[in-house]
Order: sequence, then C-alpha cells, then structure tokens
Amino acid sequence: MGKARVLILRAPGANCDEETQFAFERAGAQVAERIHINRLREKPALLDDYQILVVPGGFTYGDDVAAGKILANQLSVFLGDQLRRFRDHEKLILGICNGFQALLKAGLLISPDEDGPLATLAQNAHGKFEDRWIAMKARAGKCPFLRDCGLLEMPIAHGEGNFICRAAWIRKGLDQAGQVVLRYVDKDGRPGPFPVNPNGSQDDIAGVCDPTGRVLGLMPHPERHVLPTQHPQWTRKGLAPEGDGLRLFRNAVEFFK
Amino acid sequence: MLWEVEILPKHHDPESARVRAEFELLTHRVAPDIRLAARGFLLEGKLPQEAAERLMNELLLDPLVEDGRVGELNAFDEFVTRDGQLRALATVLLKPGVMDPVAQSVEQASRDLGITLASVRTFRRYYAGGPIDADVRQTLFQKVLANDAIEQVIAGPLNLDHLQLGSNYDFRLVVVPIRELDDASLMNVSKSGQLSLSLAEMRAIQAHFLELGREPTDVELETLAQTWSEHCSHKTLKGAIDIDGRRIGNLLKDTIFGATQEIRRRLGADDWCVSVFEDNAGVVRFDENFNVCFKVETHNHPSAIEPYGGANTGLGGVIRDALGTGLGAKPICNTDIFCFAPPDTPPEELPPGVLHPKKVMQGVVAGVRDYGNRIGIPTVNGAVCFDPRYLGNPLVFCGTVGLVPVNRCHKEAQPGDLIVAVGGRTGRDGIHGATFSSIELTSESEKVSGGAVQIGNAITEKKMLDVILQARDRGLYSAITDCGAGGFSSAIGEMGEKLGAVVHLDRAPLKYQGLSYTEIWISEAQERMILAVPPENWDALRRLFEKEDVEATALGTFEATGRLRLRYQDQQVADLEMTFLHKGRPRVVRQAVCNGAARAKPQTSFDGDLGEVLVKILRSPNVCSKEEIIRRYDHEVQGGSVIKPLVGSANDGPGDAAVIMPVLGSWRGLAVGCGINPYYGDVDPYHMAALAIDEAVRNVVSVGADPCRIALLDNFCWGNTDRPETLGSLVRAAEACRDVALAYMMPFISGKDSLNNEFHAAGRNIVIPATLLISALGIVPDIRNCVTMDLKEPGNLLVLVGSTRNELAGSHFHVVTGQVGGEAPKVDMEAAPRIFRKVHNAIERGLVRSCHDLSEGGLAVAVAEMAFAGNIGADITGLGEMDLPEEVALFSESPTRFVVEVTPNKIAELKSLLGSEVPLLALGETVREPRLRIAGSSGMWIVEATLASLKEAWQKPLRQ
Repeated sequence: MGKARVLILRAPGANCDEETQFAFERAGAQVAERIHINRLREKPALLDDYQILVVPGGFTYGDDVAAGKILANQLSVFLGDQLRRFRDHEKLILGICNGFQALLKAGLLISPDEDGPLATLAQNAHGKFEDRWIAMKARAGKCPFLRDCGLLEMPIAHGEGNFICRAAWIRKGLDQAGQVVLRYVDKDGRPGPFPVNPNGSQDDIAGVCDPTGRVLGLMPHPERHVLPTQHPQWTRKGLAPEGDGLRLFRNAVEFFK
Repeated sequence: MLWEVEILPKHHDPESARVRAEFELLTHRVAPDIRLAARGFLLEGKLPQEAAERLMNELLLDPLVEDGRVGELNAFDEFVTRDGQLRALATVLLKPGVMDPVAQSVEQASRDLGITLASVRTFRRYYAGGPIDADVRQTLFQKVLANDAIEQVIAGPLNLDHLQLGSNYDFRLVVVPIRELDDASLMNVSKSGQLSLSLAEMRAIQAHFLELGREPTDVELETLAQTWSEHCSHKTLKGAIDIDGRRIGNLLKDTIFGATQEIRRRLGADDWCVSVFEDNAGVVRFDENFNVCFKVETHNHPSAIEPYGGANTGLGGVIRDALGTGLGAKPICNTDIFCFAPPDTPPEELPPGVLHPKKVMQGVVAGVRDYGNRIGIPTVNGAVCFDPRYLGNPLVFCGTVGLVPVNRCHKEAQPGDLIVAVGGRTGRDGIHGATFSSIELTSESEKVSGGAVQIGNAITEKKMLDVILQARDRGLYSAITDCGAGGFSSAIGEMGEKLGAVVHLDRAPLKYQGLSYTEIWISEAQERMILAVPPENWDALRRLFEKEDVEATALGTFEATGRLRLRYQDQQVADLEMTFLHKGRPRVVRQAVCNGAARAKPQTSFDGDLGEVLVKILRSPNVCSKEEIIRRYDHEVQGGSVIKPLVGSANDGPGDAAVIMPVLGSWRGLAVGCGINPYYGDVDPYHMAALAIDEAVRNVVSVGADPCRIALLDNFCWGNTDRPETLGSLVRAAEACRDVALAYMMPFISGKDSLNNEFHAAGRNIVIPATLLISALGIVPDIRNCVTMDLKEPGNLLVLVGSTRNELAGSHFHVVTGQVGGEAPKVDMEAAPRIFRKVHNAIERGLVRSCHDLSEGGLAVAVAEMAFAGNIGADITGLGEMDLPEEVALFSESPTRFVVEVTPNKIAELKSLLGSEVPLLALGETVREPRLRIAGSSGMWIVEATLASLKEAWQKPLRQ
C-alpha cells in the first residue's frame, strides 16, 4: 500500500469519478475518496489531507457555455489559492478529459498573460463528439505521472478536445519547456492525420503539464484502460496482465512512497 | 435592464454549415448565403455594462476561437468581416417556458462571479452575406433555422422588455358538470379537454359522480384520464379480446406474463426472477450482492414532432425508470433502437407537417447523445431500421439497465410517510403527454400538441441520481418512483394506490408562477421523482439533498384512507377513491380477427449475380454500418466495457451484443442485445415475433451469455388496434412471445406497448409496420471467455451451426432483389434451445475463436462481416452439402444459426461437444488473402470480392 491519499472532485455532471476511484485503488492508493465541490468550498482545508487531486471526466454543468468552463471559474474563484498551494507543496493534480478542460481554462496548467489565455480546448475539427480508441506517446520529462510510459492506448470520448494555442510561438514555447507530454500517434508511434489525431489538435497534443510537471491534463481516459478486458481487441490479442492506463495511476501513487 | 451578448465563431462555424446543408437537402436548390451563425445570451438584471462585459469575457467567450460583443437589447443587426458586411437575417429563441439548460447554467455561473442576474435566455442569430429571396426566407424560417414546436424565429428587432416568465394565479375551483350530459356532450367534454377518454369511460365516470351526488372537478377528470390512458394502464393488452370465436381475458396475462409465471414455477429453486411486471423495470438476480433491472420505453410521438427533445426526454425517462425500480437502481448502460423512413426519401414526398427523416434521425441521435453522454451512462447497444412507413411516425426505443443491491429491491410506502418531490421544478411542460402518446398523429399535431414536447436537462437528473443513491444506501426513504407520463398524478396515484394520499399542490416548487392546481398535478416537467420518506428521516434527507443543490420538497403525506385528496391553499380540489381510480375503468372487450397465415406464394427463381446481391444487402440501410451513430455515444463511461458495439482489427466491425462488467473488478458480466425485424411482420406476425426473440437471444449467446440466464423484454409498436385485423396481429405476436419464451425457458421480465402509431394527412394514412422490439439481457459467467465476431487468424476452420431451410419470405434477399413468395422463416422451438446451450458450452470451453449469428442477409452477409471486421479472408466451399438452391444457401434467414471460427486442433472437440443433435456443416477456412470467395454447388466461385470492397459497400451509406 502506498501512502497516497487521493481526492476525486465531484461536481454536477462529473461522471467518471467512480472508475477513477477504482483505478487509484487498483494502483495501490491508501485512500481514494470522491468529494463534492460544495464540501470543498465549505472547507477548503480538507485538501490538506490529500496528496493527489483529480478532476475527473464528465460534463460538468452540461458543458453549457463551453466544456469545463463553469467548473474552471469555480476552481479559480473559490479554490484558486488553495490549489496553487497544493501544487507548490509538491503534490499532484490530474485533470482527465473534462478535468483537463477545467484545469486549462482555470489557468492551472498554462498561466494566462495580459492578452488572456494562451491555449484552449476547442470543438473537435470534425465538429462532433466522438468515442474512439487512440494511441499516444509520452515524453515524461519532469511529469511524474508519465514515468516509463512510452506508448499508451486508451479511449477518447469528447466533443471539445482540439488543443489550440493562441500563436505558434506559444506552442513552441510549451514544447521547449517540456510541457507537451502526450501526443497522439499511431500504433507504431508515428504521427498522422485523423483518426490518428482524432480531434485536430495542434502538434497532435493530447496532454500537457504545468511548468512543474506536477499538474497534468489529458483528453484521453486512462481510467478506462486499467483492466485488460477494457481494451477493444483483447479477444484478438489475448488478455494483457493489466491496462496501459494503470501505469499512470501507479506512478502517481508511487510518487509519494 | 436587458443586455445582449453575441458570440461569433472566428473560424469553425458548424451551425451555418448545417443550415446550408439542410436547405439543400430539403429543396435540392443551392443554399442561400448564410455566412455566420452566432450564439447569444439575453441577460436581465440590474447590472452595468461593465458587469455584462465581465460576464462575457470571463464566462461566455473563448477568445481564441470566438469574437464577442455586448450591447443593449437589439444593439446588433450587422457584422463586418474581412469579406464584407453581413446583415442579421433572423434570431431564434426557445419559446417561453421551454427548458433552456444553458440559460440555467449561466444564471448559476454568474452568481459564482458575484453577478446576480434576474433571468437569462439563449438565442441563435443568423447573418447573411446578401439579400435573400422571400420564398427562400420562408423555407428557412419555417423548416431550417428552427423547429417551431419549441422555437420561434424572429426577423428584425426583438420585442422584449423582460425575460422572466409567469403571472399571478388566482385560485378558482373549476367544476365540470357531467351528470346531466348525453353521450354526445360527454364525448365533447373528453375531446375538448384532450382527455382521450372513450364513451364507455365517460359514462362510468358520470355514473360514479351521480352516485356521489356531485360534479367532478377538472383535476379529478384529468386524474382519471391520465390513470386510465392507454399509455399508463395498457388497457388494450390487459383488456379482454374476442378473436375468432374465443375470448382472451387479459392478453398480457394469458401470454407473456403467463409464460413468465410458468417458467418461474418450472425453475423452482433455480428461479432467478426477483420482481417482474410489477415495478418500473423487471428485476433478476445478478450475483450474491446485486440484482439487475432492465426497462425499455418508447417515445415515438414526441420524437416525430421534436426529434431532439423527444429522444432526449425519452432516454431521461427510462433512466428514471431504473432509478425508480426497487429502492433505486444505479443505471449502468443504455440501449437505443430507432425506426425511421429511409434517409434518402425525396423531400417532395413528405406530407405536410412531417419532418424529413434525415432530420429526424440527426435530431434523435443528437438527443440520445447529449442526454446519455452528459449523465454518464454508456450507450452500448442499439439498432436502426428503415421503412417508408415510419415516415410520419418514427419509433424511438430507449432502454436502461440498472444495478441494485439485493436488499434494495422492494419498496412500500408506509402510512405517515411524507410525499417528497425531488429534482427539477414543475412548469407547464408536457401537459397532456400521457393522453397525447395514445393519439394518432396528424398534420395538425405540431400545433395542437406542442405543449407535450420538451427538452431534458441531463445534469439536473445526474445531480438527482447522485443524491438518491446516497439516500438509498442510508435507508432514508421507503419507496421511490419516477414522474413520467402523467407527472405527479401518475407517480403519487400509483405509489399511494394501496394507501391513500393527501397532497398540497401549492407546495410544489414552480419554474414560474401562474400554474393552476391542475397544471401542477399533471405537468410532465422532466427530471422529477417522488419519494416516500418516514418523517423521522426527513431532516437528514433534506440536508443530504441540499448539500448537492438538489431540491426536495414535502408535498403531503401517504395516509391509510384509501382516498386521493388534493388540496390547494387549504381548499380541497379533488377527493377520489383509490379503488375507483385504479379499478373503476370499465373493461373493454375488443374485437380481433386473425387472418391466418397468408398462403405462401411460390418462391420465384433467381438467376442474377449473387455477388452483386451480397453487396446490395451490405449497403442496404438496415444492414450497413451504424458507426457514424455509435461513435457519437460514449459507450465506455463507467469503465465497464468488455465487448464494445464496434469490434475487430480496426474497431469498426458490427459486434453482436455488448458485454459490460457491472461491478468493476468482478469477472461476472452482462450481455445486452436486441432483435427487431419488421419485414417478417408483413408476412406473419407470429413468426416475426418468434424471430425477433431468436435474434435477440442469438446476439447475446454469440458473445458468451449463458442461455439459462437470459431475460427478455418486449416492446410492441403497432398501428390502430381498433381495426380487428391489426389487433389480431398483435394477439398472434403476443402468443408467439409466450410460446418461444416457454420453449427457451427465458422469462419476459418487463415490457411496454405503444399503439396507434399511424399518421394521417392530406388524404394519406400511413400505418407503421407491426414492429416488435425484443431486448435480451444475459448473464456472462466469466467475461474472460467472451468472444467477438471478427475473424482472428488465417488457417482456421469455419463451421455453420444450425439448420438452413428454404424460407426466404421477408428476407433481405427479397428486399434488394424484388423477389417475392416462399415461406417466412420459422423458429424450431425444439432444436433451438439445444443449439444455444451447445454453442454456449463451446464458447465456455474456449473452442470458439469467433462467433457471429446469422440474421439479415443470412450466411453470405455473416461471413462477409466476420471477414472484413477481422481483415482475414475466407474461402467458403461447403455450400454444396446443404442441398439447397444457391441463393437460399447464401441468403436464407433461417433462425438459430451461427458461424463459428475454430482452430484446426479444436475441431474434433467441437464436433464431439455439439454431438449428433446439433446440425454442423463445415463451411471452409480462413485465409491470409484479404478476400471472400464462396463456391457454389458446382464448385465454381459464385462470390469473389476483396474485403476492402465489401467493407466499403457496408460502410458508405450512413457515413456523413
């Protein structure tokens, strides 16, 4: 058992919280609890009891206005200071899918400048919600979640995952700073057009981390590839010992050993 | 103060592209120059412009991809781009009172930013590059920009001075004098009040009130109408029927329900039914800790008028059925089955008032997508059928499977329990949905029944679901049910049937003021449920709900009076005996005739190219790939996905059934599948029903479900059963359900019927084909033994399990070639259960590499699908052994058949397992070359095609 205590943030419309809890339990977390944002707003000090904060997938507030936007505002307005302190205490924050959208729009992954946000997750280039398995290549750098991850297969299920930077220099800057940690590739690790890059993201970006590496946001769902039977081709290739996504959760848990 | 915020896309503008494409689809003319579609918000409140600007910048606008502007109402009617000046063409607003989830979210999110708004409305605005002709404008306004069931199109400035709805309501008790009325006047009361009560029913009500010595109130009549409606009481299926000189006392009890009781009796200690045909969904055992429930509902008539809202609220409703089963089941997957007119229907053939089937399909798919995805329940199984007769009356079936702890499967409201309404608020939504769903559609339906069409709010339901399951686990309530058709009336009326209830209607939280007590009682506003809460738990329950921002309100009390008493501001507005309400409906005896099986005409002979026939069937709309729809649904949320709807080497082959793992980490699984084929109904409704069951069962057995643990659901969608022959065909189908269920020992656990699926307009009367959807829920003992239908490796053997017969009537071979005659396929009720058991044993023992059932298009289509799904070729050389004409061997749709791929070292074991009583035919082998070849009886190749060409034929029709 690791010592990691995980807080999975529930909010109206979050809907991947239970399988994310399951993933962390499988990965050996000491505790993985699902806690409603109202409780955290009442008592932000609750955060002190945990080492890992997860904003799970879902459709918080229906993705009304824009995906993750309303939750993002709540995170900045009500919990902004606590979240920055959490990160600065060498703790980990993970945003998956809708959680990634919320963390990005709350400025927790890439700080805005005086002209506003540097990047966003816009509507998929094909304009549609899509559920599809993809592969991505990790370049972990200082991001502890992705240590030894290499190639990962897992599903995406989103309508707004198209990573767009305000300008080319920003994208290059993120890359040079080692913040672009996950890119869509094919099964052989090579980039390609749709469906390899499933949503039109610039530079095939599937996930980014903050400058410390301890805050990670990604569109694909690692919690949906924890068990080998979740893989779409297990009846062809046989059962693997475990799903690719489990590594990411285990890395997070083991970071606190 | 009214502010207007406009958000304009910088690059990507799917909405104006939709408008142009839809205009072209409907008119075959070049689309007008609609250049830009903005979305916008009207903000009402005492706030300065800076606050409105702050809301735009911090909440409403994504500056990387959008432009935005703020002004007072009607500040904007043009937009200047690099390419010139665009002029506003029209603004589209939801009609007042229609659910606007985005507006609700904006109100809340503004509070988070410290800005209080009185009200918000969303809109869309369309900008054109140049002038638009009057006739084009008319088409755009009436058919393309908006759906006038829920939206209004406004050209020019908006004439608004406030957004908030509602007006004062002064209580006035309405009494409806009926005691003195003659028959014609009684019927007039029924019609003018949209009560849909028959003369016999009106007379029974009249007699009852004569006895009471008073006149009924309006709300009493409404309560009776709703409770006695076809939708809520299923009076046809549960009524008496005279058919061909014999009397059926209660069709449902004599057939489907009767079969279930008999199966339970025969199973004895092995009976695995927990609660059947009594709760909102049927419940069966899953494992030692959990049971599972399953319910499938239809939402046809609302979907015809407003496809998005109809499908969306249909799904929301059936999810609440699961949540309202026992003490509450957690929804774990959804199913969706649709029947539409062909998407290539020429627009000039549309009767007035009918939406184009392509638009219906897009709307329905989007409605299911948005509700299912947002609430976080995977949509794992479905089917789409096309037939021109679904033109004005599409069918939309939505199903939900739920997981419920074994000690939470029964409920009973107790005297003294509080009647607690939870979830959404009550508005004028959907008044008369219960009676409306039993009325035939007409070209006027759009106008007269608009109030019965609604939009759902998945997040409201998700919030309610989250807290209800917590309250369930803490044992805070003693009964629960959902507010579906009939609203509070049906929920409280049913829950209090054995007790009695007093309800204070003025306590219900309203969306806006001005509702009468009757409107509150029968409103079908979505996302509401009723709990029976012991008074000592009320505080704890209320606190729990408050913590997650879910409203809970005590409306009254269940009491052992046997009466339903409604009060408004301390005045009595209704006082009905529960026995009269639930048992007072006069029994109808309906007439049916059974035409007998039409005499089979001789099968015409065929000498065309069989390879071409295969391609035609692959691209026929019922068979072709539904990937374009499936990928719009999240089929993996909750993490339990084991066998996905799309399978194979490129994740795009047609899986037979979905398998999920309901309890993460436990290898026990559930397979979910369905069977539907209206074409056979035209030949023989009895065999059609038997074949639908067989197909549903084949599908779940193919992936690994245990045939001893398969439960069935029926959904009958029929035309007007006042016609004796239409009712007769329903009787025959129900009898087939009984016979096959008994033969297979598979209980029906729940069902629903939707009658009067007809469309009348402009002298045309379109009756849907008799359509029976069978859904199957099967337990997979160990999901690690599951198999999929895609071929796995070259060098394996392919065998056909089951008998092929010359029975082509209703087959896709006939559909695509125009051939006629022959017999409808028939289920062999003696052999089929044995075949299912043996195929299952073979899968369990690991003898099967892939398995696919044979349905539309028979053997040829099955083998083609297996090959291109696995990207492994096949040489089929065993047809000669069948001793049948080649087209029969290839395309017969004889039921209870499977193609099985087996490795050469396992074939002997498979043969000995199947034994002599299960027909097995060696078909051929899998090959590395990506091609399909099928040899005829002479040994010549009669089908020869590349997998790429077959797959392309199958994938192309619904792509984009």
